[in-house]
Amino acid sequence: MTTMHDESSTEPVDVSDPRLSRFEIVKEGARRDEIEIVTYESQFHGTDSKAEKRVVRNIALLFLIAGVGGFAFLGFYIWWPWRFELGETMSDYYTPLLGISLAVSLFGVGFGILAWAKKLLPHEVSIQQRHNDPSPSDEQLITGQTILFVGDELGQGVQRRPLLKGAIAIGMAPIGLAAAAPLIGGLIENPHKDDPPIMFSTGFNKANNGGNVVRLTRDDGSPIRPEDVSTGGQMTVFPGIPGGATNEWADSPTLLIHLRPDDAALTRENADADRRNNGSMWGDYVAYSKICTHAGCPASLYEQQTNRLLCPCHQSQFMITRNAQPIFGPATRRLPMLPLGVDEEGYFVAKSDYKDTVGPDFWERP
Amino acid sequence: MKRKKVDLAQAPITFAKGVDERYKAATPLRGLLNKVFPDHWSFLLGEIALFSFIILLLTGVFLTLFFDPSMKEVAYDGPYSALRGVEMSAAYESSLRLSFEVRGGLFMRQMHHWAALLFMASIVVHMCRIFFTGAFRKPREANWAIGVVLFLLGFLAGFTGYSLPDDGLSGTGLRIASAIMLSIPVAGTWISASIFGGEFPGHLIIGRFYIAHVLLIPGGLLALISVHLGLVFAQKHTQWPGPMRTNTNVVGERMFPRYALKQGGFFMAVFGTVALMAGLFQINPIWLFGPYRASEVSSASQPDWYVMFMDGLVRLMPNWQIYIGDYSIPPLFWPAVVGLGALTTVPMFYPWIEARRLKDKQVHNLLQRPRDNPERVGIGAMSLAFFLVATLSGGNDVIADKFHISLNAMTWAGRIGLLVLPPLAYYLSIRICLGLQQHDREVLAHGVETGIIRRLPNGQFIEVHQPLGPVDDHGHPVPLEYGGWVVPKKMNRVGALAPAIKGFFFPVEKPAEAPVSPAVPPVTSKESREEITTGH
Repeated sequence: MTTMHDESSTEPVDVSDPRLSRFEIVKEGARRDEIEIVTYESQFHGTDSKAEKRVVRNIALLFLIAGVGGFAFLGFYIWWPWRFELGETMSDYYTPLLGISLAVSLFGVGFGILAWAKKLLPHEVSIQQRHNDPSPSDEQLITGQTILFVGDELGQGVQRRPLLKGAIAIGMAPIGLAAAAPLIGGLIENPHKDDPPIMFSTGFNKANNGGNVVRLTRDDGSPIRPEDVSTGGQMTVFPGIPGGATNEWADSPTLLIHLRPDDAALTRENADADRRNNGSMWGDYVAYSKICTHAGCPASLYEQQTNRLLCPCHQSQFMITRNAQPIFGPATRRLPMLPLGVDEEGYFVAKSDYKDTVGPDFWERP
Repeated sequence: MKRKKVDLAQAPITFAKGVDERYKAATPLRGLLNKVFPDHWSFLLGEIALFSFIILLLTGVFLTLFFDPSMKEVAYDGPYSALRGVEMSAAYESSLRLSFEVRGGLFMRQMHHWAALLFMASIVVHMCRIFFTGAFRKPREANWAIGVVLFLLGFLAGFTGYSLPDDGLSGTGLRIASAIMLSIPVAGTWISASIFGGEFPGHLIIGRFYIAHVLLIPGGLLALISVHLGLVFAQKHTQWPGPMRTNTNVVGERMFPRYALKQGGFFMAVFGTVALMAGLFQINPIWLFGPYRASEVSSASQPDWYVMFMDGLVRLMPNWQIYIGDYSIPPLFWPAVVGLGALTTVPMFYPWIEARRLKDKQVHNLLQRPRDNPERVGIGAMSLAFFLVATLSGGNDVIADKFHISLNAMTWAGRIGLLVLPPLAYYLSIRICLGLQQHDREVLAHGVETGIIRRLPNGQFIEVHQPLGPVDDHGHPVPLEYGGWVVPKKMNRVGALAPAIKGFFFPVEKPAEAPVSPAVPPVTSKESREEITTGH
């Protein structure tokens, strides 16, 4: 092979020469790869120097530590009590012991190898040439022309034969679409196909309860009487339909709040002045959707003294007394209010579904 | 007995010859064994990402053997009594089983999670190295772009991964992801419904995330990592400027034996670090969060660290809604969709933007010291400041809680910080770079400060400088040209003071009687030092 670099100090050697040492053959190989081994020298002076022995001892120690760590890992893994039990038990230390023993073992191997490479192996400086030049211009030309030739053969062929052009356009496009359609088409779901539409209704919609009003229930399904919520207290409630407290009805969780009389009066004043929330309170009770209108987290931190509701995900804050208007943070829309009532048995019901869309905002929300 | 004696010593040679007769491997194999790699600690940051990825594959396969990607409701009946009898998805139940009832399962889960965190962290640090040293310049622009895609894929792999256990925290993350999809104009509801298979949460999302997390995304990562490394191999690694080093060579060590051995040792050290963290530091204790319920969340709900910048941007975004007739664009759209999209695509084009701005069409195999391109450092510092403020804001509720700061004040600090700190970082880092450049030039022109003050006969005080090169007739140093590499700035760097002693517990400059090595004499003798220190 012809080599471009001229600074190689070693002349080409005949590698079949039996007098050559192995390193000389390696050097010749490196030369053929355009590598000049500038220095390759032991880090120690003379063989069996004190320093070398010390390094060897250290490396041996590291490998021994690796072995001890490995055995320790196996021992812990097999014999240490690992089954979880409540309270403070030996099994609490199972994972830490596995971690420490495996780490000791791996560090032993790792640092052993590193010490071997860095301290024991000879220091080396090698220089390899690199070629930044692009391919020779005639090569570029030939390859370019070859590609163009392929293009000509196919492209001009099509251009000369208009029938082919049309046939390809008409024939190939459907093939591509046919390949893509089942992959994508099967996934597409129409969010507006259901009745009542899922984007605009919750579990409190009468349609989910055979046309009857839906009760407010706890997460175990039990209904709630007004006296179950103390003044200033609040409770997370769900639609009283089968599975109403599960994630099937992820938009339905509602916060039922029993306001103090002054706050209730203020809240009622603001609610009655509003077109949608008018008449939605029942006594001193108000119910808002718990699903934050920003990103859908449950806005669950109720600050009783200030009547603020905070969403812990992105810190939107809503003022309970003012129709749950957002007063801080990224939320733009107030929390919808659930029209509250009490049925003849004295349990809370939703007189109707939410009049506003529940949950995070989207493009086509009315 | 028949004569069937096999010459064992000859066997490997016969075998090697046989291989070469079939695959013609000798020449390429020699080239591989001989390939020269330059060495610098900063070249190992990407390796950490690679090694973490290998650990992720190993531990991830183990986890799949026990995980059930199903959203079917089951009642928990395991040893963790706090949740016994609670209805939960099979995915969450199997994650609990993996943590409590599989020997070493929790350890493997924590290794997987820690390796993922380390993977993303090392990608970011590696990208900083590439960026600030200009390693992305021609001919390596495409590899930079691939690296940015790798970050995005790692981000998605992480998000789909920590969503799988279906615990309270990950369900909340999914809820936000659904809200982000909903915020996309026109198609939002359709996208969300299509991905979740109906209304959130539906019954399909865990299964879909599972196949994305264990096949599609790792497949993409594996393919791109292969191309990434293949390009590094084919184009040869960049190197720092320095003695012997030019744009047309590589100065370092041949891959075998020393370089490869060091890599192997380093892999073991990274593996050990992940094992240690997995054993000692609890990560994502899903049993504390309970199953996901749409009505429950706790405060201090933070995503993994590499997602926090996005969560922070969402928190800081003012409540600006755009109304177009009957339609609207919620504010969530800007940070979460446009923001993430821009932050993961715009940086891809930086190599071409910079080359065009500097009209630079050269091939660069030598790295640049950051100070030699202040503008680039400024842009990098600006981006990092932005990333840092956004990430910290992702945990602003925890900061507010721990330091007793008003939550609203934290949000406002983040909003203002996001606008003010990046330009400030840009300006300051450029000034620092220029200052460092100037100091380099000053040393090259005047020499190293010796710390010796000399009083002239007229009473004036001057500091004695040690020239780095030849001096002219008046004894003034002949200005040297800057070589793009470290300029010695201390007397011991030029061998004039006692040699520096390496060691963690020793002072860096120890008295000269301490020998470097018994066989090597000190670099300079006491007398020659004497000569420099006296000024009269």
